[in-house]
Amino acid sequence: MIQQKLREKAKELLSNKTVDLIIGYGNWTLPLRTTPVFIRTPQGTESLVWNSFCENNLVTYLHKFSRFKVGIVVKGCDARSVLALSLEKRFSNQKPLLIGIPCQRIVDRKKLKKAVKGEILKAVEQGELLFVKGEDFEVTLKRDDFLYSVCQTCNHRTPLQADFLIGDPVEESPLLDTHPDVRDFEKKSPEERWTFFEKEMSRCIRCYACREACPMCYCAECFVDSSRPKWIEKSLSSSDLAFYHIVRAYHQTGRCSACGACERACPMDIRLTHLTQKLNQEVKDLYGFETGIQPEIPPPLATFDPKDEQGFIK
Amino acid sequence: MKFKLDKKDFENFLNDLLETHDLFAPVQLTEGVSVFKKIERPEEVNLNQLVPQKSAKEVFFPQSEVMFRFEMTKHQGSIVSKHQIERERVILGARPCDVEAISIIEKVFVGEDYTDLYFFEKRKETTIITLACNQPLTTCFCSSTGGGPFRREGSDIFMIDLGDSYRLELLTQKGKAFSKKRFFKEANSKDIELAKELEEKASHKTDRSIPLEGIEKRLDLMVESPFWDRIHEKCIGCGVCTFLCPTCHCFDITDEVVNLKGQRVRNWDSCLFPIYSLETSGHNPRPTGRERTRQRLMHKFNYYPKNFGKVACVGCGRCILFCPVQFDIREAIRYASAKRTQGMEGRPR
Repeated sequence: MIQQKLREKAKELLSNKTVDLIIGYGNWTLPLRTTPVFIRTPQGTESLVWNSFCENNLVTYLHKFSRFKVGIVVKGCDARSVLALSLEKRFSNQKPLLIGIPCQRIVDRKKLKKAVKGEILKAVEQGELLFVKGEDFEVTLKRDDFLYSVCQTCNHRTPLQADFLIGDPVEESPLLDTHPDVRDFEKKSPEERWTFFEKEMSRCIRCYACREACPMCYCAECFVDSSRPKWIEKSLSSSDLAFYHIVRAYHQTGRCSACGACERACPMDIRLTHLTQKLNQEVKDLYGFETGIQPEIPPPLATFDPKDEQGFIK
Repeated sequence: MKFKLDKKDFENFLNDLLETHDLFAPVQLTEGVSVFKKIERPEEVNLNQLVPQKSAKEVFFPQSEVMFRFEMTKHQGSIVSKHQIERERVILGARPCDVEAISIIEKVFVGEDYTDLYFFEKRKETTIITLACNQPLTTCFCSSTGGGPFRREGSDIFMIDLGDSYRLELLTQKGKAFSKKRFFKEANSKDIELAKELEEKASHKTDRSIPLEGIEKRLDLMVESPFWDRIHEKCIGCGVCTFLCPTCHCFDITDEVVNLKGQRVRNWDSCLFPIYSLETSGHNPRPTGRERTRQRLMHKFNYYPKNFGKVACVGCGRCILFCPVQFDIREAIRYASAKRTQGMEGRPR
């Protein structure tokens, strides 16, 4: 249903030339996945899909297509990234048209793969169920048991500020109050936290998939790529890995929309959202601010007010 | 004599091996993530993940390698140490695709004009024990790139998992040197029969349909094709595919210096990073993803074949499995062969 409506809307926008390009999701070669698609013709819209495997935050592509009139398919978290980018004046020429879809929460493919033995050849979603098939197995699983942690705690599933909303707004009640990794992290002593952090980061191969997948990482020159001054070396020493990941997380303070794209992109399965979600929580506690919710309030770390309540800034 | 090794003796065999050799094998870092690493204890070896994230190239060409250390005084510098191989090495559990990839890199690193000692020293001292792929994945297409799940070339010992034991084929001089190993037993006719059956079964499983025949010539005519305008679009420009690729071999050399002491390090680099081709002047001859994706594919399917007569892809499928956006190199080849971009924006599965 939603998929059909999405195709119709996309077709209309391309037919009447409201947009040059639709960025959405399509099927490709792997099960449990969709792929970003870039559609320029009304006929092409037939390949648009919508399901619980639409895991990418497509907003990261908007930087690349800033010269075009773009219509983009967004979930709640993705729409928050767009709003956060607007506040940073990324769309001074033309704002993208947001085709918002209230999100049913996204399936964590890595979790699902771990739950079965053998290669998954096919996965079909039907309502709350997932039918998963391999060469010598066939199982029916509950979709809600295999959701990304950031999706379990999400309470902004309906895209805000969407130009078109496909489907009805959904009830904003998180399945979990706290991100499980954040909860575990908070329980640890500082030494244990460091040990956990170092162990996770030790798998890093510095491919920067986390950075590239993130719509908020758009610096013309990332600090890791700068050679004058050289902030960081290029090897895999634990201090360099820690440095990269701490700075990456800190640069997201008050900017992260909790989409989880960084963690999903990581080929080494490094847990990253416990850092960003913890920061999101701190920003909320300190400033009552959530990224990409209110269009008129600038992010707390990008503004200064002499009458600031917080004592530490004076 | 035909050999086998019972699985109950496997750990003991590894223990023996560790006494005489540096052993490298897949190790699981966390569920679903394995890499080739130096083994300290036999129980670390984990052969369950068919395609570990990092390939066996890591053993010869580590992601980050200190070439030498140096010290500088006011007027002169001196090299204070140099990297050397102390013990013979064994790679265990590399798959046939990874083994083929080693020979692909070797052609670059050990050539007529130049020998890269860092690679060569390690290669020379290494015995390769390959594990055949009884159960290739659907992303495996080694049979399209000139390999196969039971390809033996390049292996010193070829190992086939028979369930309770491994069938062992000692293929080279280096491999035959292992014939006196404790725990190696004589394989009976049943073992040999079973191994043959597994080979026959696996050979039907990998994808042979990727049109690589003549790809080099087709790409010659496609340097300015609109194909490149479209194929790169979904690529976000991270380094997953190139770093995990067993044949990619680009590196960058940097000096890490603190207080006049330092080390020269070479680290993997990726042609998909914008700074890879950024020149000192600020000019970048590969300014966008279009040129960078073209470089990645042209190197594998045009430049390398021109230099060495074979595509620089072994069909391991890592770049497909681990890409954050499902860039599928098989589809890229198909579309390049068909010289079309229509349909590239997704299709029903």
